[in-house]
Amino acid sequence: MELTNLTIKKANEGLKNKQFSAVELTKSIFERIEKFESKIDAFLLLTKELAKKQAEKTDLLISENQSLNTLMGIPVAIKDVIVTKGIKTTAGSKILADFIPPYSATIYESLENAGTVLIGKTNLDEFAMGGSTENSAFKVTKNPWDVRRVPGGSSGGSAAAVSAEMCIYALGTDTGGSIRQPASFCGVVGIKPTYGRVSRYGLIAMASSLDQIGPITKTVEDAALVLNVISGWDKRDSTSVDLEVPDYTKFLTGNVRGVKIGVPGEFFGSGVDKSVKETTETALKRLEQLGAKIVEVSLPRSKEALAVYYLIMPSEASSNLARYDGVRFGNERETFGSEVKRRIMLGTYALSSGYYDAYYLKAAKVRSLIQKEFAEVFKTVDLIASPTSPVLPFKIGERVDNPLQMYLADVLTVPANLAGLPGISIPCGLAQELPVGLQLIGDHWQEGSILNMAYTYEQNFLFSEKPKL
Amino acid sequence: MKKTISKKEIEHVSSLANLPLKNSEVEKFTVQLSEVIDYNISLLEKINTENVLPTAHVTGASNIQRADETQPGLSQQEALQNTKSEHNGFFKVKPILSRG
Repeated sequence: MELTNLTIKKANEGLKNKQFSAVELTKSIFERIEKFESKIDAFLLLTKELAKKQAEKTDLLISENQSLNTLMGIPVAIKDVIVTKGIKTTAGSKILADFIPPYSATIYESLENAGTVLIGKTNLDEFAMGGSTENSAFKVTKNPWDVRRVPGGSSGGSAAAVSAEMCIYALGTDTGGSIRQPASFCGVVGIKPTYGRVSRYGLIAMASSLDQIGPITKTVEDAALVLNVISGWDKRDSTSVDLEVPDYTKFLTGNVRGVKIGVPGEFFGSGVDKSVKETTETALKRLEQLGAKIVEVSLPRSKEALAVYYLIMPSEASSNLARYDGVRFGNERETFGSEVKRRIMLGTYALSSGYYDAYYLKAAKVRSLIQKEFAEVFKTVDLIASPTSPVLPFKIGERVDNPLQMYLADVLTVPANLAGLPGISIPCGLAQELPVGLQLIGDHWQEGSILNMAYTYEQNFLFSEKPKL
Repeated sequence: MKKTISKKEIEHVSSLANLPLKNSEVEKFTVQLSEVIDYNISLLEKINTENVLPTAHVTGASNIQRADETQPGLSQQEALQNTKSEHNGFFKVKPILSRG
């Protein structure tokens, strides 16, 4: 039995039925890492000893016939921007090259309590700033579908690790698309929850009003299972929201009859590659066959979303990154990489005296208009669909020196962050032998509705292709 | 009007940000920041935002408070474990006042 290609659901069943042990499952993951990591470079740190201990704990519970949580004994890879007590966390930056966190993020505590097994910490663009993982200070992660291409970013290590089956699931973070876009590029599932759904305590902040943690998985059902564990109010994150967390698997009915999907013309515009557009349109036709109603909608303000994003995000980032002064932790500020310096400069400029009103405040106001526009559209449709990324995975090095061109790759994912809406990317087909992601955006707290649409698509048009490693 | 940022402004922002830059970086950012800011502003300045309130928290949470009571935090040792400049159990910082 091949263990590394299991989903969370299947691995959980296998553990319960004693088809294999948690130690065996973890061992097979590390054997696969041994084989392919040198080719993919998804990890910044492997936690083999810890993983073994955690897996043994699960096996002990199984041997005592105790009831098993869904994530118990299941190997996870975590983006290295989420702090883990006593385990080096670098944010992909030289400034934190030897940082050992004295505490854990709330979501890591939740996962530890759920009994999951930590395989390692994954590569990312420095401080999650980028869309290709090329901005990591340590290594460049390769796309398992074509190692000459980027895995997307900033959660590129997590998405590549799931795609290459070097973990069963992973966690990423999404500020302007950093879960959904790499999930799209690597042919896996990634969901960014509603802002405030998941605690950000212990997530090394980039832009506090936009950042959100979420799962990257092989299936939609797995994403729901992880969301069940990591969602919820946290008194240590005052921006998290105290709303009951439903069992997200209960939404997965496979029935989307009569559900209205809004398709904004602006999201299929001239910047979208022809092959991406065609693949996504085919996916929408398939959803129509399954009983969903496709409705044309318009979100004219999404034109300005990128401009708003590239003022608000660097402003918040420049403020958040002021803490790295080499006193309490970390190295001197010169050690920041190029993209981080660029964003600190952009943000400091936008917040500086004489410019604040014209730049930051103006952007925060247009942000309100973007939100309002989404709210209006959600009065007439249940969810919104579009491609996740306007382009296919691009070649390594192709866009590094052109920030504006690199930023344009975020154009379809950024609006959901600005409005705080949940969004999912699922693989919906191949174009030029590379995966294409379908993005579904829901209204606030409507993760259940986008999960069910994604699930229904997946059940009927399973994306069974795998990268050839 | 095309927005350009001068080299002098970049140097000023770099000192505000406490971010030492090499000469080559000053040159590079002068061009790149002008480009990005110009792109952003050319789009935003066309939009009427009169009577629009700025967004802070997207789902409307505001002024979250807790009781003003002490809570357990990091131990002194934990707080200091990542510093490179410690002195007798304290963080060592650069002087901010000098003798006249």
